[in-house]
Amino acid sequence: MSSDAPGRSKVVISSVSKDFSTRKGALSVLQEVSLDVREGEFMCLLGPSGCGKSTLLNIVGGFERPTSGRVTIDGEEVTGPDPRRVFVFQEYGIFPWASVWDNVALGLRKRDARERSRIVQATIDLVGLTGFEKSYPFELSGGMKQRVEVARALAVSPDVIYMDEPFGALDSLTRLTMRAELIRIWQSERKTIMFVTHDVDESLQLADRIVVFTSRPGRIAEVVTVGMSHPRELGSPEYAAVKNRLYDLLGVRHTV
Amino acid sequence: MIIPLLLIVLGVVLFVQSRRWPAAVQNVVLPGSVALVVLCLWHIGAAAQERPILPTPKLVAVALVNLVADGTLWRYVIASVFRVSVGFVLAAAVGIPFGLVVGWSTRAFTAFNPLVQGLRPISPIAWIPIAILLFGIGDGSAVFLIFLASFFPIVVGTMAAVRNISLVHVRSAQNFGLHGMELFRHVVFPASLPQIITSLRIALGVAWLVVVAAEMIAVNSGLGYMIIDARNQGMRYDLVVAGMLVIGAIGIVLDLGIRRLETFDEVRWGYAKR
Repeated sequence: MSSDAPGRSKVVISSVSKDFSTRKGALSVLQEVSLDVREGEFMCLLGPSGCGKSTLLNIVGGFERPTSGRVTIDGEEVTGPDPRRVFVFQEYGIFPWASVWDNVALGLRKRDARERSRIVQATIDLVGLTGFEKSYPFELSGGMKQRVEVARALAVSPDVIYMDEPFGALDSLTRLTMRAELIRIWQSERKTIMFVTHDVDESLQLADRIVVFTSRPGRIAEVVTVGMSHPRELGSPEYAAVKNRLYDLLGVRHTV
Repeated sequence: MIIPLLLIVLGVVLFVQSRRWPAAVQNVVLPGSVALVVLCLWHIGAAAQERPILPTPKLVAVALVNLVADGTLWRYVIASVFRVSVGFVLAAAVGIPFGLVVGWSTRAFTAFNPLVQGLRPISPIAWIPIAILLFGIGDGSAVFLIFLASFFPIVVGTMAAVRNISLVHVRSAQNFGLHGMELFRHVVFPASLPQIITSLRIALGVAWLVVVAAEMIAVNSGLGYMIIDARNQGMRYDLVVAGMLVIGAIGIVLDLGIRRLETFDEVRWGYAKR
């Protein structure tokens, strides 16, 4: 289905299903989802609200267990959260009681002091927050808080980063800037990124491949290879063609 | 009688007129005019009695000056504040760690929450006979009652704070491999701290209420003792009211003191902006 994506397998999801028990009985959220994420790939999980894409990410991240099926990373089964793979949350996961510096240093507690300072400063510089080291989150704008969260994840140099609608709470202009920044950082660090979104344009601007989900119970409708290099021209015919394809898969009309 | 009436008119005029004045002036004039009117009404009421039992504001002021002059007031204030401090600090030292653990561990919560909820509604005043039985007449009883009075608000507040920690923060902590004491130091404690401070404030307020009651029965010094003694030793209601005013004033000072904790950067996120 996506044999044209280069690189070796990083995250392998094999027939994962997830049921939640509710008062009305078991509710199937994910059904037989299988997926192969390549090393260094930027993959978006795209689908309508409630299609199970966040649940899948939480399973891959080790926060929830699948009802059946399994997830392996580098051949090792995921059984719980792991500092080698970091989750960037939908709401703000950074700690409001700690300064920018202390937030970014969270995952570096076991490094010696000098190395820790070096990494923290370098990461803060990378996300463009130089000068705000001593600030507290309540003193920052939404976009800046999200940068802190990205910095906290990058500081531990994880091999996979999970992002669950990280820019959902930002205004549309800040969101565009943050996407460009994320691509810049991804191109310099080459981490594997799994990014959940319900925004067609967002997935198109970011991903190498886009996994399109059907609504509940979540199943993979298709894996779409974007095949455009960065920076992407949002007005190009290729962009429009992939976009129409995504709309078709999601069952959305092209006109308003 | 004519002077208090004129002062009441003045108070009302100031209250109404201050609408046009700068906010800083209003902040003084509004509460000041209310206090003035209340004092005048009090004076009129007290002066109108056939047999003077309730003292006038002036008599209370004289009593206060005398209490300050002969050093009694200072001694009694120190005695009361000392008891509250010891009981309150003990309650915080035991209550905060207990609340953190019981709030965090589902098993501990299931085990201890019913006990806490069952003991909490019992007024500390109801414990006075038991306190005297256990600790006799003296500081021990009073401190024990203060401890009880502050312990439950602190435990319940801390427990609720821990149970309200956002799932995202807990998951971030797990993701970065925090366990045991590290988890408490970096996440559980700082995340709960704003609500813990609020519970300390409530507890200190209750402790100050209870120390007066405890001193009326269990000891022979302090502001509560001063009040009950003034009444028993000759119906000195001027001293009773003077004692009440001092209790109110110290209550305000204690609350202002503990509110300063809410201004630190580590906890400011936890309070609504106004």
